[in-house]
Amino acid sequence: MSDRAKVLALHGGLLVLLFALQFVLPAYHHGNLARIMVLASFAVGYNVMFGYAGLLSLGHALFFAAGMYGMGLAVQHGGAAPVPGLLAGIAAALAVSLAVGLLALRTAGVGFMIVTLMFAQAGYLTILYFGTYTRGDEGLVLQQAQRVLWGIDLTQPGTRYFAALLLFAVCVLATLAMVRAPFGKVLIAIRENEERARMLGYDVFRYKLAAVVISGVISGLAGAVYGLLFGYVGATFASVQYSIFPLLWVLLGGAGTVLGPFVGTLFMFYLIDLSSAVTSAYMLVAGVALVLLTLFAPQGLVGEIRDRIWRWLP
Amino acid sequence: MDFGPYLMLASLEGAVTAAVLALTAIGLSLVFGVMRVVNVAHGEFFMLGAVLAWWVASHVGGPPALGFVAALAIAPLAVGGLAALADMTVLKRVAYDPERTIVATIGILYIIQQVTLMTYGPEARPVEPPFNTRLALPWVEWGESGLQLYWPWGLSTTSYKLFVIGAAAAVLVGVWLLMARTRIGLLMRATQLDREMALAFGIPVERVYAMVFGIGGALAALGAVLIVPIQQAHYLMGGDPLLLSFIVVIIGGLGSLPGTVAAAVLIGLSDGIISVFFSPTLAKILATLLVALVLVFRPQGLFGTGAK
Repeated sequence: MSDRAKVLALHGGLLVLLFALQFVLPAYHHGNLARIMVLASFAVGYNVMFGYAGLLSLGHALFFAAGMYGMGLAVQHGGAAPVPGLLAGIAAALAVSLAVGLLALRTAGVGFMIVTLMFAQAGYLTILYFGTYTRGDEGLVLQQAQRVLWGIDLTQPGTRYFAALLLFAVCVLATLAMVRAPFGKVLIAIRENEERARMLGYDVFRYKLAAVVISGVISGLAGAVYGLLFGYVGATFASVQYSIFPLLWVLLGGAGTVLGPFVGTLFMFYLIDLSSAVTSAYMLVAGVALVLLTLFAPQGLVGEIRDRIWRWLP
Repeated sequence: MDFGPYLMLASLEGAVTAAVLALTAIGLSLVFGVMRVVNVAHGEFFMLGAVLAWWVASHVGGPPALGFVAALAIAPLAVGGLAALADMTVLKRVAYDPERTIVATIGILYIIQQVTLMTYGPEARPVEPPFNTRLALPWVEWGESGLQLYWPWGLSTTSYKLFVIGAAAAVLVGVWLLMARTRIGLLMRATQLDREMALAFGIPVERVYAMVFGIGGALAALGAVLIVPIQQAHYLMGGDPLLLSFIVVIIGGLGSLPGTVAAAVLIGLSDGIISVFFSPTLAKILATLLVALVLVFRPQGLFGTGAK
């Protein structure tokens, strides 16, 4: 088999497997997997920036929340239907990521990390400040009637799973196409050696800005879909924790691999799920995982597989 | 109360915030200056200082002052030791790579915070101040016979709050003396200027790093011990000091100690004053945006001199 055929077989196989799983999984794991696929789409968005363009953002909750609140506020206060709501979410994420990209990309390295962290913190506080509309920590609850898309009720577990799978498939296939296109190769070149990419005549700033916007829009889309599928739009999703999670998922799964974000989200979700049954201090698992990953496996799970067995993994 | 006394009260509260903030931020600034890494777990060292202060104070019998003095000695030492240990086991092994250090210290943040939650619990607990006399403050106004003093109702502070301001100032002078006048300070400054050259001259750079990281953590813990009689100890209390220290260190110019102190006074006072007159959330939004924009447009900080 050629590498291209292997790549298509592996990624297509995963999507088919996820499709088939909905008929066999018990209700609890069925619901979890739907959630994981939406969160993994968020991680896929994060990976575009961190894994491929080499930009470590500590403020991705801002994009997730921009999509979520763009959708939630339009549906709740604007009386929008789900599709215009999703479009409002995407538009909000696009605007926010463009603004953050234009400002934050003037810095690099640690400066970039702190600037994104601060913007996300300002966004979180802004949501709390406008509590009259956003209802702050309490959040907005979307009613069932507001979550019917073309006559399909998204509150049903079956349709919810299918919608989550659809989102995940679109995100994975989009990044797969991006990575294999010249655009993706340039991003990797910038990650590996920015000066060299600039010497070769690429407009590094524009490529990085595009990466930030693509990453922000995918994350925002995931946020909007999350709000729609699970009927809740809350300030927690804008807090620092939701900026750390995608970093953790991508690091665990493998930065700069198409499947890494999904693998990392799946592992971490169940790890936290299991440990929160034992203790309320479940974030301890996240902390230990972060330290161990930086110390021993900076490549992540899929990254290690690529290094050792399947060198063709994108 | 009129505007004048109200402003004075707000500035006094702000000065206490500024004093503790200066201690916390100087620790972060020292670590960044010498080691060129950002310690995201700094706020947790602060929290740990407060929690340990409660633990020590509740285990030492006798008058509250005895427990407080014991906490003042033990908490910073213990936290400093822990910080030095974290440096040797984790930071050294990622070779102080700036980005990996941030990720690793985020991990350390969650470990410290969650272990505290598991052992100390989710309650907020107070430490009794060693002394707490209420001091009424006078204000001047134009009366029938020219300027006269009067004591407006509600305008008062406590002797403990004044002590916090004095103690913080004394510690800051101590840090300056340590950096400027001692051999250890000399080694730190040499390492900061040129790590490679310091190594070549036989300075044990790794030990200096562990020490700086330890001192940074100890300063945060010291600030927390001072504030804990006013504010209760809680396992989530590290978030705000971390954010404010970041703001102070960045506005003051990364790694510049005088700049950090100046920025701490500025931010502490304005935070106190703005929070009294406006919404604290709005004050924080403006402060975080200010930091982001300073980093974008003036990376050397407001008080820094020239780009490096």
